[in-house]
Amino acid sequence: MSSAINIRELAKKEPKLLPGHRLCAGCAAPVIVKLVLLAAEGPTIIVNATGCLEVATTIFPYTSWKVPWIHNAFENAASTAAGIDAAIKALRRRGAFKHDRVNIIAFAGDGGTYDIGLQALSGAIERGHNFLYILYDNEAYMNTGIQRSGGTPLGAATTTSPAGRIIPGKLQHKKPIADIVVAHKAPYVATATPAHWMDLIRKVKKALSIEGPKFLHILSPCPRGWRYDPSMTMEVARIAVDTCYFPLWEYEKGTWRLTDRSLAIAKNPQLKKPIEEFLKTQGRFKHLLRPENRHMIEKLQEYVDAVWEDLLKRAGLK
Amino acid sequence: MAAEKVRGVVMGLNGDEAVAWAVKQCNVDVVAAYPITPQTIIVERFSEFVANGEVNTEFVPVESEHSALSACVGAAAAGARAFTATASQGLALMWEILYIASGLRLPIVMAVVNRALSAPINIHCDHSDTMGARDSGWIQLYVEDSQEAYDTVIQAFRIAEHPDVLLPVMVNLDGFFLSHTLQDVRILPDEVVKKFVGTREPTKVKVPYLNNKEVPLVLDGETPITLGPLDLQDYYFEHKMPQIIAMENAKKVIKEVNEEYAKISGRKYGNGLIVPYGLEDADVAIVLLGSAAGTVRYVARKLRENGYKVGVLRIRAFRPFPIEDIVEKLRNVKVVCVMDRSVSFGAHGGPLFMEIRSAFYDMPERPIILNYIYGLGGRDLPPSTIKDIFMELLDIAKTGQARQLIKYVGVRE
Repeated sequence: MSSAINIRELAKKEPKLLPGHRLCAGCAAPVIVKLVLLAAEGPTIIVNATGCLEVATTIFPYTSWKVPWIHNAFENAASTAAGIDAAIKALRRRGAFKHDRVNIIAFAGDGGTYDIGLQALSGAIERGHNFLYILYDNEAYMNTGIQRSGGTPLGAATTTSPAGRIIPGKLQHKKPIADIVVAHKAPYVATATPAHWMDLIRKVKKALSIEGPKFLHILSPCPRGWRYDPSMTMEVARIAVDTCYFPLWEYEKGTWRLTDRSLAIAKNPQLKKPIEEFLKTQGRFKHLLRPENRHMIEKLQEYVDAVWEDLLKRAGLK
Repeated sequence: MAAEKVRGVVMGLNGDEAVAWAVKQCNVDVVAAYPITPQTIIVERFSEFVANGEVNTEFVPVESEHSALSACVGAAAAGARAFTATASQGLALMWEILYIASGLRLPIVMAVVNRALSAPINIHCDHSDTMGARDSGWIQLYVEDSQEAYDTVIQAFRIAEHPDVLLPVMVNLDGFFLSHTLQDVRILPDEVVKKFVGTREPTKVKVPYLNNKEVPLVLDGETPITLGPLDLQDYYFEHKMPQIIAMENAKKVIKEVNEEYAKISGRKYGNGLIVPYGLEDADVAIVLLGSAAGTVRYVARKLRENGYKVGVLRIRAFRPFPIEDIVEKLRNVKVVCVMDRSVSFGAHGGPLFMEIRSAFYDMPERPIILNYIYGLGGRDLPPSTIKDIFMELLDIAKTGQARQLIKYVGVRE
């Protein structure tokens, strides 16, 4: 934990997700995976829930993964990781696992976490397995063609919450998934984006140094589903943080801390941008910018503000 | 019973406890399970072994059966010997992962305490749960009593982990009839079982992208193997073929393990795949699975004592289906009554019946083969009913005429 994170040193490290995968241009998921694997030192085992990342990185006979990797099903990344954790404990007891420590890292999308995988995740956290669960949240079922999930934000148009003449996109807010994990009393929970890469790497390193279940909620902008130019992924991730749509924080043993850009905004509130700045970068929110949908933007702004104010209080900054 | 010396101590156990004892002695690394009647006692007893430090097993008390099998998949992929147990609705909830466990060729052993499926909800025995899973790529062994439940769980690890097999195994025991009924069960000494099952040796594979180096097919933290990738129309079919062959190989391995087990225990179950009784000269026979075979054999013995040529064929291995052995044993019988304890709705008879009838299609001469469906939701099959069936079959053998192909036995009109 002591050594500072240095991009020059990181660039020398061997990548563990190799080129040749079929993820879309501009997809944030491989950036997230590469950053996570740069942060993870030593023996590592990856569990991948069904989703874009899984299908696009492993089309047989090819694989992009230079680490041991398993895909079981959609909703069971956490229980698969739990089984691996149990196996390693048992194997180590009978001298059949040679490493002192191993990083067990599960990657799952929003569908596999907010929705179909929530039960398995909750169970694995409650039982205290030693693993890091990474939610890469692209805010809809992108692999099946952009259907709404529990992680889709208010007003977003998806193929199952289209912006129609009567209904202006999704009518519900995003489920506060990281808060739900915090409510489990997990030892470490944090949010991150690939644009704030140093913050992300630091959080992964910290998470992996802690025993027990850890949860990292990473925003994963998706040019296909969010309808923006593939060159803009990092920009979109940055504006999500600048508008406090997606604040960066960490929770450790009862203590909340804002980090990186979100900490700067907390200290200097005029840096906080209105939610429209985030919405106007993406086609999925285009209909919200029409006058008749003004109330949706207001509703979303109120929600974002309330969450942000609450976060400031939790972090002792208000 | 084989001539070998019978070993071990006798304990009064029910079927579930017998299973828990077998798992205790098999050096299982991970047990992940969720409670469901009538399987619960397995999990309870095993939890006691864990709590008292009698096993080295990591017990994962999961939040659902789906997670139970998912955790077993993770554990087995990491090189562990893994076990779970379930019944009925629990097996139904596991469905998706059944196919993944077999497709990934993970030698997981699972005890299924057979129970009827909802609706209406019922906790008692029939075989609807495991019959629905007959195409899931799991080996299915059906036991007749608690002793066999114990013996078969031990054998199951050897069968599952055999390099020519590498398939998951279901050990099926009848809910309540076995799971909750006390029986004298002979428990082998720990070291005898330990030696018999050995430790699980990970499969070695040559990986093209690792310069064809032979590496263990386990998630060891360093060897970059990819398990469970996307596999499309250009390779999927090729990956199903070894699974088909492994299931065929399992027939030989089940027989061998049955023989080898007889040497350490003094017990064996027919040839491992089927258990025949009285078929050398039988005119009529009942074919069935599970605990009811004991009652049927009891009735058959009484009838044979009175000169009636009746026989019984218990199918122990339903998957792989021992077609050759079955045809060989039944070819000279005049009337065969296949008794199914499950229904395949809309099909032409129960699952066991369909398989047996199909097995005889290529034979120039074949018996009359009838299907009697019995015992749904735990409905009893008393000796008097079995006697009536045998007498009816003898009558059909005499006349060569059966009035009804498929019958439902013991159901009120």
